[in-house]
Amino acid sequence: MLTALLSGDAPRSRALAAVLIVILAGLAFAPFVFPGTRSLNVAAKVAVFVLLVASYDLLLGYTGIVSFAHTMFFGIGGYGVGIAMAKLGVGWGSLALGIALALTASAVLAFAIGLLSLRVRAIFFAMITLAVASFFQILASQLSWLTGGEDGITYKLPEFLHSRVACYYVILVLALLFFLALLRIVNSPFGRVLLSIRENEFRSEALGYRTVTYRTAANCIGALGATLAGVLYAIWLRYTGPDTTLSFNIMIDILLMVVIGGMGTMYGAAIGATLFVIAQNYLQDLMKLASDATKGVPFLPDLLHPDRWLLWLGVLFILSVYYFPYGIVGKLRLMAAGGQNR
Amino acid sequence: MKPVADAPAGALPVERVDWIPLALIPAIALAALPLIPSVPTWVTLTVAGLAMGMMIFMMAAGLTLVFGLMDVMNFAHGVFISVGAYAATSVVLAMKASMQADSLAANLSAIVPAVLAAMALAGLLGWFFERVVIRPVYGDHLKQILVTMGGLIVVEQLIHVVWGPDIIPLPKPATMAGSFIVADAAIERYRVLAVLVGLVVFGAMWLILNRTRLGLLIRAGVENPEMVESLGYRIRRLFIGVFVAGSALAGLGGVMWALYQESVNAQIGMQMMVVLFIVLIIGGLGSVGGCFVGALLVGLVANYTGYLAPKLALGSNILLMVLVLLWRPRGLFPIGKA
Repeated sequence: MLTALLSGDAPRSRALAAVLIVILAGLAFAPFVFPGTRSLNVAAKVAVFVLLVASYDLLLGYTGIVSFAHTMFFGIGGYGVGIAMAKLGVGWGSLALGIALALTASAVLAFAIGLLSLRVRAIFFAMITLAVASFFQILASQLSWLTGGEDGITYKLPEFLHSRVACYYVILVLALLFFLALLRIVNSPFGRVLLSIRENEFRSEALGYRTVTYRTAANCIGALGATLAGVLYAIWLRYTGPDTTLSFNIMIDILLMVVIGGMGTMYGAAIGATLFVIAQNYLQDLMKLASDATKGVPFLPDLLHPDRWLLWLGVLFILSVYYFPYGIVGKLRLMAAGGQNR
Repeated sequence: MKPVADAPAGALPVERVDWIPLALIPAIALAALPLIPSVPTWVTLTVAGLAMGMMIFMMAAGLTLVFGLMDVMNFAHGVFISVGAYAATSVVLAMKASMQADSLAANLSAIVPAVLAAMALAGLLGWFFERVVIRPVYGDHLKQILVTMGGLIVVEQLIHVVWGPDIIPLPKPATMAGSFIVADAAIERYRVLAVLVGLVVFGAMWLILNRTRLGLLIRAGVENPEMVESLGYRIRRLFIGVFVAGSALAGLGGVMWALYQESVNAQIGMQMMVVLFIVLIIGGLGSVGGCFVGALLVGLVANYTGYLAPKLALGSNILLMVLVLLWRPRGLFPIGKA
């Protein structure tokens, strides 16, 4: 049962399993264990970002392509919900229509980008996606009659989603389902082909797999995952704007989460997103303490200033690319495997 | 390589110059002429576009050379721009009096040290970057992208630590501000200066690359690094030199750009990165000439569309890139391995 649910991809490390159970339990009981709006916001953000980062991991970790357009698809999901609610009226029908349109738009766009630029090398794809994503960001801020420009759109949702707790559980359950679906995909024969492309593109082509087709398919699946994450986030925030969906900072956050958590493992996405979002919200408090404690020492308080939390995560990011290419999850699994061999 | 059967014995094959992309620059300028109602406005816009293109070229040149030579795409190239701009700001703010004095000599006594400081700091950072961040990940594009992105985050945050998070206003020196009028067309002095500096940089680069032994080695390295190495040249040392020079140029571009915008913030580098990538893609990855043409095209098109259709202006370079790629899928001047 459990094996089927996890698609046969067990954590393979007791510590990892424990961490995952803690995360899941924490998310499941968040409204009761950690009361208060701030912690509920953090929990919802974790749930959404686990899905977002997992869908990015499908691209970066499993297929080995670097895309900078992931926030664009995230944004398409958010704007799909936002525009549908604001222009078509509040209701389940228009919500469904908005989501369907967003998914279609993402799939078409991902397909087009993939077809145009996945034939060539990784760097070219990264540069093109960066350009397209920044174009989309400009578009969203310029078409203010549709998107609300820089201010974004605030909207109401159907009655059922008004209760924060109910809304939270809807998001959590959907995010979990989509996460398990992604886990299923990467552990299918299709996912194995993606891995083989990452390891050696030439060889998988020689084995008879059309790598362009597989990469484009992976790009589309990743985009759809990001769009669904965008939809969920929009439902939680009841607001869609460039800063919460499209900004390049979110793209950097996603990269940090994937790499620190562990590329090429869906569980890494879960751990990375959880750690990062918690750090984003609570590390600053800690750093403020440290900054105050080191007052009087030259330069150090500035380095420890609460606004500089990204500096430390950036350093951690570089170190993990060099020394733990498979992130926290890879490290934990390695330790578990080493223990068995002894 | 074309066969050179009909060339006389002993003569080197003459390299054919691809004129069509070069002709694109005047073509676009002329095409815009009928669309813009008055000629003076067109002159102003053209000068502005050329100035912008030259500044973009200075920032992009190092990036494209490094890619061509060592197959490294440095996503953190933008921080050299920001660091250069900030270093110059510190010098300029310390010498405020001579910046505002209405004499060229006084202005230059502030600007020249500022530019030197910017280039030195950016070059130093480039050296450090090559040593510490990029060296372990040669040949692995995925890790290069990730690691240089990490470097970008860290250096951007360090800029905040050193210079603070606020936007710093940076007025142009007194003798370079303002504009003069040629046949009804108002031309900003600073833009002319930018064009001149850009031409000097391009000319110097062209001379070094085409007329010196060093340039010969660099070009040979772009063509076939293993061969250069097996002939006994240390390609690594060459590469570090190019990397540092490219970073210093980015720093120079950063100063010029910051003075042009009259303000500095830590995001300059990242904002410019997108433009630089577009320029590189348009020009053909790794090609210096392509980078120059691409930068001028982007500058001109951005200024014309900014006047004709302001809403389109910010996206104009993307449209330009798409058009160029439809015409030449590997950029204007494709280089062998890209």
